Amino acid sequence: MRVAVIGAGVVGSLIARELCKYDVEVLLIEKNLDVGWGVTKANSAILHAGYDDPVGSVRARFCSVGNAMYTELSRELDFEIKRTGSYVLAFNDEETAVLHKLLVQGEKNGVPNLSIHDRETILSREPRINPEVKMGLWAPTAGITEPWMVAIAAVENALENGLKLFLNEEVVDFEKQGNRIVGVITNKQVHRVDVVINAAGLFADEIAKLAGAEYVPLHPRKGQYILLDKKLGNTVRSVIFPTPTEKSKGILVLPTIDGGLLLGPTAEDLPSDRKNDLTTTNEGIQSVKDFVLKLVPEIDFSLVVKTFAGLRPESPQKDFFIGKSEIVPNFVNAMAMRSPGLTAAPAIAKYIAEEVLQQQMRLNLTTKKGFKPERKGIRKYAELSLEEWQRAVKENPSAGRMICFCNEVTEAEIVEAIRRGARTLDGVKFRTRAMFGRCQGGFCMSKILKILERELKTDASQIVLKSPNSWVVDGKVRE
Amino acid sequence: MEKIVCVLCPMGCKIKYSVEDGKIVSVEGNRCPRGLSYLEDELKEPKRIVPTSVRVVNGELPLASVKTSKPIPKRLIPEFMELVKQVQIEAPVKVGDVILKNVLDTGADVVATRTVKRVNSA
Amino acid sequence: MKTDVLVIGAGAAGMAAAIAAAKRNLKVVIAERDEITGGILNQCIHNGFGLHYFREELTGPEYAERFREQLSRYTGSIEVLTDCHVLKLDRNKKALLVSPKNVFELEAKVVVYAAGARERPFGSLMIPGDRPSGIFTAGVAQRLMNIDNRKVGRRALIVGSGDIGMIMARRLTLEGIEVVGVVERLPYPGGLLRNVIQCLKDFNIPLYLSSTVVEVKGSERLEEVVVARVDEQFRPIPGTEKSFKVDTLVLSVGLIPQVEMLNGLVTLDKRTRGIACSNTGQSSNEWIFAAGNCTAVFDLVDYVTKEGERAGEYASRYVNGERFSLGVPIVPGENVMLTFPNYYNDVDDLTLYLRCKKPMEKALLKVGGFEKTFEDLIPSEMIVVKIPKQKLSNLDRIEVKLEEV
Repeated sequence: MRVAVIGAGVVGSLIARELCKYDVEVLLIEKNLDVGWGVTKANSAILHAGYDDPVGSVRARFCSVGNAMYTELSRELDFEIKRTGSYVLAFNDEETAVLHKLLVQGEKNGVPNLSIHDRETILSREPRINPEVKMGLWAPTAGITEPWMVAIAAVENALENGLKLFLNEEVVDFEKQGNRIVGVITNKQVHRVDVVINAAGLFADEIAKLAGAEYVPLHPRKGQYILLDKKLGNTVRSVIFPTPTEKSKGILVLPTIDGGLLLGPTAEDLPSDRKNDLTTTNEGIQSVKDFVLKLVPEIDFSLVVKTFAGLRPESPQKDFFIGKSEIVPNFVNAMAMRSPGLTAAPAIAKYIAEEVLQQQMRLNLTTKKGFKPERKGIRKYAELSLEEWQRAVKENPSAGRMICFCNEVTEAEIVEAIRRGARTLDGVKFRTRAMFGRCQGGFCMSKILKILERELKTDASQIVLKSPNSWVVDGKVRE
Repeated sequence: MEKIVCVLCPMGCKIKYSVEDGKIVSVEGNRCPRGLSYLEDELKEPKRIVPTSVRVVNGELPLASVKTSKPIPKRLIPEFMELVKQVQIEAPVKVGDVILKNVLDTGADVVATRTVKRVNSA
Repeated sequence: MKTDVLVIGAGAAGMAAAIAAAKRNLKVVIAERDEITGGILNQCIHNGFGLHYFREELTGPEYAERFREQLSRYTGSIEVLTDCHVLKLDRNKKALLVSPKNVFELEAKVVVYAAGARERPFGSLMIPGDRPSGIFTAGVAQRLMNIDNRKVGRRALIVGSGDIGMIMARRLTLEGIEVVGVVERLPYPGGLLRNVIQCLKDFNIPLYLSSTVVEVKGSERLEEVVVARVDEQFRPIPGTEKSFKVDTLVLSVGLIPQVEMLNGLVTLDKRTRGIACSNTGQSSNEWIFAAGNCTAVFDLVDYVTKEGERAGEYASRYVNGERFSLGVPIVPGENVMLTFPNYYNDVDDLTLYLRCKKPMEKALLKVGGFEKTFEDLIPSEMIVVKIPKQKLSNLDRIEVKLEEV
């Protein structure tokens, strides 16, 4: 039995890993050069508590369950999460009424320990918040993580458990026999398959259309962000939301997992032919600046490290679209994974494997003996004790050569990242956090380029930033 | 009165001068005598010092930075660069080593401005 | 491990400090995180260094070599650790040093911090558009071209007409990379006139003054940069946009002192954004001295060397038991953007560095009882004066003014 998962974002990667727990051959097909570079790469990185989802929606079904699963998952896969908690702030009576609605909704959705705090409590926990705040909905189970790392870790673990990974490969069509799919046709080859799982992010509706299956039309919802220096990392301890509107959860202020400060996102609905538009705009960035000052009045914008944009796959129903197709019997959708897609992902992966494939599709999969659930992340030498680090350097001198000074990343970690699959500058960046810091690669990029050249036995002119044509340097100055 | 800026050193003196029948008749603003010869050259045949690199073989680094020992005619710079691109020198290289003597018959040498130690290549 | 003086950084300031301390027979450890000493000088292959200090004009690598030679003359007293990064420094004068050879703690009696500056990155400018490859800060482009032997692209636009930007314009052009222009938001060039001539005019590279980048395009590699003219407040003027089809953008838009390691240990000066120091090189923490670009961004390396020597000298005197107070504050006044040092101790005369706020044809500098006239002042050219201590006596604060004449 061979299952193909299309899309190695956080949803596809966790589904693929889940399937590796069974006696099936699992293929994960990803069109980008690395995993987690679509929607997964640029979002708020929040583990939502789950009060924001309408009762009875698919989102509500999976959000708080997924949130709880992150504790064990982060331990198994060795990636970082922080249970920072979150506040939804109300500045007037109308907004306070909304908080109460959210509280009720959250409780119905199974969200634990929600409470409403008054101004004094809020300001004692978060002294930098606008003192005009009236009330706040406190959700202790909310948190933050590193979304691409969830995908990377899931894929690394799945690879150890038999996954076949196909990067830089795009699904262009399906081969069918009657209603069933028998082959997945990519731009490189044809894969013979028995089941197809569609986790293709922004392009999932197009994939479903190619398969002849049901879908919801997706359009990109752009979110622009501002990232600030770690010096501002203590501005807030938890994720700060404004009171949500019909349109969106609003523009937030939140810490990042590596100690920075993140502001955003905007919520701009784009037409469906702009699924590759990741541009930031003056209006967008200005609106982030203007809006966050209502939540946290003093932010030093001279400490901005970068601005960026991400896209979420939004559907008219504003809900996930998950389930097996009634038209194409061996096709399963996991699409429209807009917020809280990241949070829900582990629960969705479990659901797809245990309920959709096993029960609904009656595949009678047997569990794999010897499945290795644990994955160890790249050892971070700067976090070791002095003695441990000394020992490590005696064995491996490159564990003592600091390459990224801003984030304390050694050469050994970069070499390990390459060993684990990094082939591009961004591949190294997302696995190690090198080049993520305040100097943005100013000191380390040229060194990382040389390390990639050496480890991959290639010429620097062949190394790219993120995509096939994003070359970094040209030929030599002197041959 | 005309004006030029001398580029021989970072002082960048603003030199005012006037010319009659192709001869310089007055000069002011230069803080040292080199400014006068700079002016003469600039009007006749502008010259520049050219800093660049040459390829090093069997060295710790692939390049050694070099410069012309004195200014060379500006119009010869493209030809000079083509020449420099062909050069390959063996490490070790020391600061001051003459890489090319009397390049393009200008009277200027190309000298190394850095040290590159030799590595024992496999 | 213990030593008398720990010097952090072996660029121009650090090497000078280490040599000064060794001359006074102290034991010095100088830690450099790059593979060789010399700092940024190693990649500055152009002329312009040493005119004041050596009375000859040298390239960066030559200047560095002179100090490397001096360092090697003190191998008994100076231990040079390259490929060695100082990860932390704590209140007990203990530093954590990390290198491929060893990871260890070093305790020093005094520290001279000479970690230099970093470049302002593209991301902090918040320029709208894409985030493609092909965008480099000038220092990175310089390192790639001059040390790593790599061309950064084929067709480039340079932002920032400071000396670094203009020098890179010439460097790229000499190596066959087409430079379509240099963009400068000020209404006048940011660097020396000398460089406007020998880097831009010589090669017919257009200089677009009062202009700034307003958009960057390219989903993979850079494809296009849009430039617009700006008003006096540097705001882009709609309708003045001009598009440049380039695959490379080189940014020279400011240096930021690297001070993060000393967070909580020293105070910073709000204007220089560097470590606040007295004219002895001492910071607000008596056992931490600082010199070079981590205190204020200097124009000429010759000044950095002098300040490094000064810091090394006073740090040595501190080890030998002398104590200095920070002194009286030096405060920028009328038309003065920033000053260095930030405090004055009358143990010696004062070498004062300052930058004016705006270009001035003629101005009278007033510092305490000292006065001097200057002509053709621009903010990017540092003013240096030596003021005898008699002119600064009996002041509880020294205000530095530039009165326009």
